[in-house]
Amino acid sequence: MSAASHRAGVRKAQALQQQRLRLGDSVFRAIVAGSAAIVLLAFVATAFFLVRKSWPALSHYGVLSFVGSSRWTPSTAVATTAHPNPYGVLQFVYGTVLTSVIAMLLAVPVAVGLALYITDVAPPRLRKPLAYVVDLFAAVPSVVYGFWGIFALLPVLHPIADHLTSWLGGIPVVGKVFAGPFFGPSYFAAGIVLAIMVLPIVTAICREVFAVAPVAEKEAALALGATRWEMLRISVLKRSTAGIFGASLLGLGRAFGETIAVTMLIGNSVLAITTSIFGQGATMPSVIANEFTEATEPFHLQSLFVVGTLLLLITLVINVLGKLVVSRISETIA
Amino acid sequence: MILRKTLLAAGALVALLASASVGSARPTTAAASGAAAPVQCSTKLMTLRPHYPDPVKPLAGAASSLSGAGSTLAQPVINMWAKAYSSKGTNVAYQGIGSGGGVSQISAQTVDFGDSDVPMTDAQLAAAKGGPVLHIPLVLGAVAMAYNVKGIKSGLNFDGETIGKMFTGQITKWNDPAIKALNPKANLPDETIAVVHRSDGSGTTGVFTDYLTKTSPSWTSKLGTPGSQGTVVAWPTGIGAKGSDGVTGLIGQTEGSFGYVELQYALAGHLTYGNVKNKKGTFITPCPATSTAAAQKTSFPADMRASLTWKGAALAYPITATTFALVYQNQTDAGKAKAMVNFLTWALTTGQNFPATINYAPMGKILQQRALGQVNKIMLDGKPLVKIPISFEG
Repeated sequence: MSAASHRAGVRKAQALQQQRLRLGDSVFRAIVAGSAAIVLLAFVATAFFLVRKSWPALSHYGVLSFVGSSRWTPSTAVATTAHPNPYGVLQFVYGTVLTSVIAMLLAVPVAVGLALYITDVAPPRLRKPLAYVVDLFAAVPSVVYGFWGIFALLPVLHPIADHLTSWLGGIPVVGKVFAGPFFGPSYFAAGIVLAIMVLPIVTAICREVFAVAPVAEKEAALALGATRWEMLRISVLKRSTAGIFGASLLGLGRAFGETIAVTMLIGNSVLAITTSIFGQGATMPSVIANEFTEATEPFHLQSLFVVGTLLLLITLVINVLGKLVVSRISETIA
Repeated sequence: MILRKTLLAAGALVALLASASVGSARPTTAAASGAAAPVQCSTKLMTLRPHYPDPVKPLAGAASSLSGAGSTLAQPVINMWAKAYSSKGTNVAYQGIGSGGGVSQISAQTVDFGDSDVPMTDAQLAAAKGGPVLHIPLVLGAVAMAYNVKGIKSGLNFDGETIGKMFTGQITKWNDPAIKALNPKANLPDETIAVVHRSDGSGTTGVFTDYLTKTSPSWTSKLGTPGSQGTVVAWPTGIGAKGSDGVTGLIGQTEGSFGYVELQYALAGHLTYGNVKNKKGTFITPCPATSTAAAQKTSFPADMRASLTWKGAALAYPITATTFALVYQNQTDAGKAKAMVNFLTWALTTGQNFPATINYAPMGKILQQRALGQVNKIMLDGKPLVKIPISFEG
């Protein structure tokens, strides 16, 4: 065998191997790209499905008549007349936003404090277990929070709400927000349980945001004689405001979609917007959970799909905003 | 640790609720206030076991499983039947998804039988995929008016118009003159009424609003026609809770609350509940005996689609519900058809001894015979499967 033919043989073998490698590569590539495509496809299909299912109601009543009314009365729906639209959804948007805002007002300060404690203040031995415990809160099933809310939280809230009503109920504008009577299930109760439920996600993201604050700056602040609080304020909190905002938005997205715990605690009044946080209301997810099994009136089920589509749209916007803000922060810091 | 405790507490709760739902009959507290209520629910009557004869042998070749779905009101009884009946070789799997769900599932032919507390409408019957649907009454129940008022025991008296005004928000305090007039001896507090209703569509709501529509002008004028009656109504006031369990829990938790729930749920949840004035003007305590009384003098149409509220018998509880099995008249699967006939026949005879032990009522003789007559109508390939001898044709 000549040396030349030997070299040719080696080249051939190498080419074959390379081809095989390329083949393996492309198969792998196809598989992972396929996984990504499935996720995208599933999302698009879900959106398409929701719109298609809600289309009969949307075209029958007109898109605007849904968001133009805050009265949901399926029992008065008549198949033949389009107006007035008995399926007003404004009160659900209001209920969803109000409970979520209450939740964020309560959860964000606690989450920021908790995240600061875990990343910068707590003894190093405690940090990991503490973070783990906070994450565990996210693992508690929603229905358990609902149960806990009804049987443990409501009795505790009663005197608090009664006091708030008697202190603030007389003030002109604020009074309307805190008007009694407080029966238990209310925007307020639902908001508090939501606060506990969004705490883990907001804390986790805040922790990540705080963790990327440059060590050099922290040390510089300490070297300049800053106390620990001043150091945290100057070199961590100040540059994290946008990150905290992003974390809150992601928490908000979670709160918007929460269903069972809220359904158990909000009082499920679908007729109008109630100004008092101690009043009863409904959210977009809660009305779907309550009514879809028995949606027997004309356009009832289709109108629930309208609510579902709206919910998807709003949570999508909130989540995308949140992700954008958070990713922008990570980039500028790193 | 915190998490563990939460989970443990929740687990204990679930166990508690589960055990409560199989609670045994207990005598209702005597009228605590107001006009004297006659003896209607003696302990002897409460253990009503009619011992109806089972005249035909089970058909051979029955399928080993049957699926059903629908009313949550009837769920405790059907579950009890299913448990006892499994020894006969057929497992009955029943899902309590609500009466409306039962109707839509049988219409779509996804279950072997449906169950609803309100009869199907003509439009629903026309839309059923598998042809004519038979309504077979299974058991009776009472919708109790439960409340949680400080210092007040079971036995407050109510009438339709008062209940209607409470549910429209026209009566807002427990010491309202209208309630006082019905309960002159009760020490009613100056407490705001927290009305509790179902937030999901429900057969119990259907029965309750059917009663209100017949008895309360305030209710009908506020809700209009036909909006005043149905499994879903536009509640003008109050707190909505999901499911019978949800309503029971909320009434137990909320001071000043007032709501409607099937009697068994009220008893299992240790709620206090009232007497309701019937057509004869008597205040009636809900219990198996007074529910059975409601069905006693009722004439049913040939297709059995009728309501049992506001009936004229002296001891009839006015908010009595009956639950209907919904079965296609023309069956196509021989095994399933035979299993269905066997199970229904058993439930309507031997099975009628069970309901009173969990505070539901067995059907009176006439209604039971009429129900068996419906079973006789079930056909396989155009031929009837059984001919149960019955004494009251309908």
